[in-house]
Amino acid sequence: MLVELIFYLFAAITVGAASMVVISKNQVHSVLFLVLTFFSTACLFVLIQAEFLAAILVMVYMGAVAVLFLFVVMMIDLDFAELRKNTYEHLPLGIAVGGVMLVEMVAIGVTYHAPEHLAVATPTPEGVHNTLALGRVLYSKYLLPFEMASLILLVALIGAVVLTLRSRKDRKRQDIGKQLARTRDEAVEVKKVKSWEGA
Amino acid sequence: MLHVNHFLALSAILFTIGVFGVFLNRRNVIIILMSIELILLSVNINFVAFSHFLHDLTGQIFTFFVITVAAAEAAIGLAILVTFFRNRSTIDVEQIDELKG
Repeated sequence: MLVELIFYLFAAITVGAASMVVISKNQVHSVLFLVLTFFSTACLFVLIQAEFLAAILVMVYMGAVAVLFLFVVMMIDLDFAELRKNTYEHLPLGIAVGGVMLVEMVAIGVTYHAPEHLAVATPTPEGVHNTLALGRVLYSKYLLPFEMASLILLVALIGAVVLTLRSRKDRKRQDIGKQLARTRDEAVEVKKVKSWEGA
Repeated sequence: MLHVNHFLALSAILFTIGVFGVFLNRRNVIIILMSIELILLSVNINFVAFSHFLHDLTGQIFTFFVITVAAAEAAIGLAILVTFFRNRSTIDVEQIDELKG
Protein backbone atom coordinates (compact mmCIF):
# COMPACT_ATOMS: atom_id res chain seq x y z
CA MET A 1 0.00 0.00 0.00
CA LEU A 2 2.78 2.37 1.00
CA VAL A 3 4.69 1.48 -2.17
CA GLU A 4 1.67 2.36 -4.25
CA LEU A 5 1.27 5.70 -2.50
CA ILE A 6 4.93 6.50 -3.12
CA PHE A 7 4.52 5.48 -6.75
CA TYR A 8 1.57 7.81 -7.18
CA LEU A 9 3.47 10.65 -5.53
CA PHE A 10 6.50 10.29 -7.82
CA ALA A 11 4.35 9.68 -10.88
CA ALA A 12 2.38 12.85 -10.17
CA ILE A 13 5.61 14.84 -9.79
CA THR A 14 6.94 13.35 -13.02
CA VAL A 15 3.84 14.17 -15.03
CA GLY A 16 3.51 17.66 -13.54
CA ALA A 17 7.15 18.51 -14.18
CA ALA A 18 6.97 17.12 -17.72
CA SER A 19 3.92 19.29 -18.42
CA MET A 20 5.77 22.32 -17.09
CA VAL A 21 8.71 21.54 -19.40
CA VAL A 22 6.34 21.84 -22.33
CA ILE A 23 4.21 24.81 -21.30
CA SER A 24 6.67 26.93 -19.34
CA LYS A 25 7.16 30.48 -20.62
CA ASN A 26 10.77 30.63 -19.58
CA GLN A 27 13.28 28.28 -21.14
CA VAL A 28 15.53 28.10 -18.11
CA HIS A 29 12.51 26.97 -16.09
CA SER A 30 11.85 24.35 -18.76
CA VAL A 31 15.33 22.90 -18.32
CA LEU A 32 15.00 22.89 -14.53
CA PHE A 33 11.66 21.11 -14.76
CA LEU A 34 13.31 18.60 -17.10
CA VAL A 35 15.81 17.92 -14.33
CA LEU A 36 12.94 17.40 -11.88
CA THR A 37 11.27 14.99 -14.31
CA PHE A 38 14.43 12.93 -14.61
CA PHE A 39 14.98 12.93 -10.88
CA SER A 40 11.51 11.69 -10.02
CA THR A 41 11.82 9.06 -12.75
CA ALA A 42 15.07 7.94 -11.15
CA CYS A 43 13.15 7.59 -7.87
CA LEU A 44 10.60 5.43 -9.68
CA PHE A 45 13.42 3.26 -11.01
CA VAL A 46 14.68 2.75 -7.47
CA LEU A 47 11.15 1.69 -6.55
CA ILE A 48 11.36 -1.25 -8.99
CA GLN A 49 14.91 -2.25 -8.06
CA ALA A 50 16.70 -0.70 -11.02
CA GLU A 51 19.23 1.15 -8.88
CA PHE A 52 21.98 1.24 -11.46
CA LEU A 53 19.79 2.86 -14.10
CA ALA A 54 18.54 5.35 -11.52
CA ALA A 55 22.14 6.36 -10.84
CA ILE A 56 22.88 6.53 -14.57
CA LEU A 57 19.81 8.70 -15.07
CA VAL A 58 20.94 11.11 -12.37
CA MET A 59 24.52 11.24 -13.67
CA VAL A 60 23.96 11.30 -17.42
CA TYR A 61 20.73 13.24 -17.69
CA MET A 62 20.89 15.59 -14.75
CA GLY A 63 24.66 15.90 -14.74
CA ALA A 64 25.42 16.08 -18.44
CA VAL A 65 22.42 16.50 -20.71
CA ALA A 66 20.56 19.04 -18.57
CA VAL A 67 23.72 21.09 -18.06
CA LEU A 68 24.30 21.00 -21.82
CA PHE A 69 20.77 22.30 -22.36
CA LEU A 70 21.30 25.00 -19.75
CA PHE A 71 24.54 26.08 -21.40
CA VAL A 72 22.90 26.40 -24.79
CA VAL A 73 19.83 28.19 -23.41
CA MET A 74 22.01 30.73 -21.65
CA MET A 75 24.50 31.04 -24.51
CA ILE A 76 21.86 31.83 -27.08
CA ASP A 77 20.69 35.36 -26.53
CA LEU A 78 17.17 35.36 -27.87
CA ASP A 79 13.88 37.07 -27.40
CA PHE A 80 11.89 34.06 -26.28
CA ALA A 81 8.66 36.02 -26.13
CA GLU A 82 8.99 36.42 -29.88
CA LEU A 83 9.31 32.66 -30.28
CA ARG A 84 6.32 32.03 -28.04
CA LYS A 85 4.08 34.16 -30.22
CA ASN A 86 1.33 32.21 -32.00
CA THR A 87 2.04 29.29 -29.68
CA TYR A 88 -1.57 28.27 -29.56
CA GLU A 89 -1.81 28.17 -33.33
CA HIS A 90 -0.93 24.47 -33.29
CA LEU A 91 -2.74 23.66 -30.06
CA PRO A 92 -5.70 21.80 -31.62
CA LEU A 93 -3.37 19.75 -33.82
CA GLY A 94 -1.18 18.88 -30.82
CA ILE A 95 -4.17 17.88 -28.71
CA ALA A 96 -5.57 15.84 -31.59
CA VAL A 97 -2.37 13.92 -32.34
CA GLY A 98 -1.41 13.47 -28.68
CA GLY A 99 -4.95 12.46 -27.72
CA VAL A 100 -5.22 9.93 -30.55
CA MET A 101 -1.88 8.41 -29.52
CA LEU A 102 -2.95 8.21 -25.87
CA VAL A 103 -6.26 6.58 -26.79
CA GLU A 104 -4.45 4.08 -29.03
CA MET A 105 -1.96 3.21 -26.33
CA VAL A 106 -4.69 2.79 -23.72
CA ALA A 107 -6.69 0.62 -26.13
CA ILE A 108 -3.72 -1.65 -26.72
CA GLY A 109 -2.86 -1.77 -23.04
CA VAL A 110 -6.40 -2.74 -22.08
CA THR A 111 -6.91 -5.41 -24.75
CA TYR A 112 -3.48 -7.01 -25.06
CA HIS A 113 -2.64 -9.93 -22.83
CA ALA A 114 0.87 -11.30 -22.90
CA PRO A 115 1.20 -15.06 -23.27
CA GLU A 116 1.65 -16.91 -20.00
CA HIS A 117 5.06 -18.38 -20.66
CA LEU A 118 7.33 -15.82 -22.25
CA ALA A 119 10.85 -16.87 -23.13
CA VAL A 120 13.26 -15.05 -20.85
CA ALA A 121 16.43 -13.90 -22.58
CA THR A 122 18.50 -12.94 -19.54
CA PRO A 123 16.89 -14.04 -16.28
CA THR A 124 17.49 -11.76 -13.33
CA PRO A 125 19.81 -13.68 -10.99
CA GLU A 126 18.64 -14.22 -7.44
CA GLY A 127 20.49 -12.81 -4.46
CA VAL A 128 22.71 -10.49 -6.52
CA HIS A 129 22.29 -6.77 -6.45
CA ASN A 130 21.24 -4.90 -9.56
CA THR A 131 24.57 -3.32 -10.50
CA LEU A 132 26.49 -6.58 -10.23
CA ALA A 133 23.89 -8.48 -12.25
CA LEU A 134 23.85 -5.82 -14.98
CA GLY A 135 27.63 -5.67 -15.08
CA ARG A 136 27.96 -9.42 -15.48
CA VAL A 137 25.58 -9.40 -18.44
CA LEU A 138 26.89 -6.22 -19.98
CA TYR A 139 30.52 -7.34 -20.08
CA SER A 140 29.81 -10.83 -21.39
CA LYS A 141 26.67 -11.28 -23.43
CA TYR A 142 26.31 -7.68 -24.59
CA LEU A 143 29.99 -6.81 -24.90
CA LEU A 144 29.87 -5.95 -28.60
CA PRO A 145 26.84 -3.62 -28.31
CA PHE A 146 28.56 -2.04 -25.33
CA GLU A 147 31.64 -1.28 -27.42
CA MET A 148 29.38 0.04 -30.17
CA ALA A 149 27.79 2.41 -27.67
CA SER A 150 31.23 3.80 -26.87
CA LEU A 151 31.83 4.31 -30.60
CA ILE A 152 28.53 6.18 -30.88
CA LEU A 153 29.59 8.46 -28.05
CA LEU A 154 32.98 9.03 -29.70
CA VAL A 155 31.36 9.93 -33.02
CA ALA A 156 28.94 12.27 -31.23
CA LEU A 157 31.84 13.92 -29.41
CA ILE A 158 33.83 14.48 -32.60
CA GLY A 159 30.70 15.55 -34.47
CA ALA A 160 29.76 18.16 -31.87
CA VAL A 161 33.29 19.61 -31.93
CA VAL A 162 33.45 19.67 -35.74
CA LEU A 163 30.03 21.28 -36.00
CA THR A 164 30.71 24.10 -33.59
CA LEU A 165 34.38 24.72 -34.42
CA ARG A 166 35.00 27.83 -36.47
CA SER A 167 38.29 29.32 -37.57
CA ARG A 168 38.43 33.07 -37.28
CA LYS A 169 40.06 35.02 -40.05
CA ASP A 170 41.76 37.56 -37.79
CA ARG A 171 43.54 35.23 -35.42
CA LYS A 172 47.34 34.98 -35.33
CA ARG A 173 48.77 31.52 -35.41
CA GLN A 174 52.12 29.92 -36.05
CA ASP A 175 52.69 28.84 -39.65
CA ILE A 176 55.67 26.49 -39.53
CA GLY A 177 55.96 26.12 -43.32
CA LYS A 178 56.17 29.87 -43.70
CA GLN A 179 58.79 30.07 -40.96
CA LEU A 180 60.96 27.41 -42.54
CA ALA A 181 60.65 28.85 -46.05
CA ARG A 182 61.99 32.21 -44.91
CA THR A 183 65.47 33.07 -46.22
CA ARG A 184 68.13 35.27 -44.69
CA ASP A 185 67.73 37.86 -47.43
CA GLU A 186 64.12 38.67 -46.70
CA ALA A 187 64.46 38.54 -42.93
CA VAL A 188 67.68 40.45 -42.16
CA GLU A 189 68.61 43.86 -43.46
CA VAL A 190 71.88 45.63 -42.81
CA LYS A 191 71.51 49.33 -42.19
CA LYS A 192 74.33 51.78 -42.32
CA VAL A 193 73.94 53.96 -39.28
CA LYS A 194 76.17 56.96 -38.84
CA SER A 195 78.14 57.23 -35.66
CA TRP A 196 76.41 59.04 -32.81
CA GLU A 197 73.15 59.37 -34.77
CA GLY A 198 71.54 56.00 -34.16
CA ALA A 199 68.79 55.97 -31.63
CA MET B 1 1.09 -4.05 -4.99
CA LEU B 2 2.62 -2.28 -7.91
CA HIS B 3 1.65 -3.65 -11.26
CA VAL B 4 3.24 -3.22 -14.67
CA ASN B 5 0.13 -1.32 -15.77
CA HIS B 6 0.98 1.50 -13.37
CA PHE B 7 4.20 2.10 -15.22
CA LEU B 8 2.67 1.62 -18.65
CA ALA B 9 0.08 4.30 -17.88
CA LEU B 10 2.73 6.71 -16.62
CA SER B 11 4.83 6.04 -19.69
CA ALA B 12 1.87 6.60 -22.03
CA ILE B 13 1.11 9.93 -20.36
CA LEU B 14 4.75 11.05 -20.58
CA PHE B 15 4.90 10.05 -24.24
CA THR B 16 1.77 12.04 -24.97
CA ILE B 17 3.15 15.09 -23.18
CA GLY B 18 6.30 14.80 -25.29
CA VAL B 19 4.37 14.61 -28.57
CA PHE B 20 2.15 17.45 -27.44
CA GLY B 21 5.21 19.55 -26.63
CA VAL B 22 6.61 19.09 -30.13
CA PHE B 23 3.39 20.50 -31.58
CA LEU B 24 2.92 23.23 -28.98
CA ASN B 25 6.43 24.67 -29.40
CA ARG B 26 6.67 24.41 -33.13
CA ARG B 27 8.99 27.41 -33.34
CA ASN B 28 11.50 26.68 -30.61
CA VAL B 29 14.05 23.96 -31.32
CA ILE B 30 15.33 23.73 -27.74
CA ILE B 31 11.90 22.83 -26.35
CA ILE B 32 11.43 20.34 -29.20
CA LEU B 33 14.71 18.65 -28.23
CA MET B 34 13.55 18.53 -24.60
CA SER B 35 10.25 16.99 -25.71
CA ILE B 36 12.20 14.30 -27.55
CA GLU B 37 14.11 13.61 -24.34
CA LEU B 38 10.75 13.20 -22.56
CA ILE B 39 9.60 10.72 -25.22
CA LEU B 40 12.81 8.70 -24.86
CA LEU B 41 12.38 8.76 -21.08
CA SER B 42 8.90 7.30 -21.39
CA VAL B 43 10.31 4.50 -23.55
CA ASN B 44 12.93 3.87 -20.88
CA ILE B 45 10.25 3.62 -18.19
CA ASN B 46 8.51 0.95 -20.26
CA PHE B 47 11.70 -1.05 -20.70
CA VAL B 48 12.62 -0.93 -17.02
CA ALA B 49 9.08 -1.79 -15.90
CA PHE B 50 8.90 -4.82 -18.15
CA SER B 51 12.40 -5.80 -17.12
CA HIS B 52 11.38 -5.79 -13.48
CA PHE B 53 8.01 -7.48 -13.80
CA LEU B 54 9.16 -10.20 -16.25
CA HIS B 55 12.40 -10.85 -14.31
CA ASP B 56 14.50 -10.29 -17.42
CA LEU B 57 17.57 -8.04 -17.39
CA THR B 58 17.49 -7.38 -21.15
CA GLY B 59 15.16 -4.42 -20.74
CA GLN B 60 17.60 -2.64 -18.46
CA ILE B 61 20.48 -3.33 -20.84
CA PHE B 62 18.43 -1.84 -23.65
CA THR B 63 17.63 1.22 -21.55
CA PHE B 64 21.35 1.68 -21.11
CA PHE B 65 21.79 1.91 -24.88
CA VAL B 66 18.78 4.19 -25.28
CA ILE B 67 20.34 6.58 -22.75
CA THR B 68 23.63 6.48 -24.69
CA VAL B 69 21.93 7.33 -27.96
CA ALA B 70 19.81 10.03 -26.31
CA ALA B 71 22.91 11.72 -24.90
CA ALA B 72 24.64 11.60 -28.29
CA GLU B 73 21.53 12.95 -29.98
CA ALA B 74 21.23 15.83 -27.53
CA ALA B 75 24.89 16.77 -28.04
CA ILE B 76 24.65 16.72 -31.83
CA GLY B 77 21.28 18.46 -31.86
CA LEU B 78 22.50 21.29 -29.66
CA ALA B 79 25.69 21.63 -31.72
CA ILE B 80 23.63 22.01 -34.88
CA LEU B 81 21.45 24.52 -33.03
CA VAL B 82 24.44 26.61 -31.94
CA THR B 83 25.85 26.61 -35.47
CA PHE B 84 22.50 27.59 -36.90
CA PHE B 85 22.06 30.38 -34.39
CA ARG B 86 25.54 31.69 -35.20
CA ASN B 87 24.68 31.90 -38.89
CA ARG B 88 21.10 33.13 -38.75
CA SER B 89 20.64 34.69 -35.27
CA THR B 90 17.39 32.79 -34.74
CA ILE B 91 16.27 29.31 -33.73
CA ASP B 92 12.82 29.59 -35.24
CA VAL B 93 12.01 26.29 -36.90
CA GLU B 94 9.84 27.98 -39.49
CA GLN B 95 12.82 29.94 -40.76
CA ILE B 96 14.95 26.85 -41.27
CA ASP B 97 14.09 26.51 -44.94
CA GLU B 98 17.36 27.03 -46.79
CA LEU B 99 17.08 23.65 -48.46
CA LYS B 100 13.67 24.46 -49.87
CA GLY B 101 13.81 24.06 -53.65
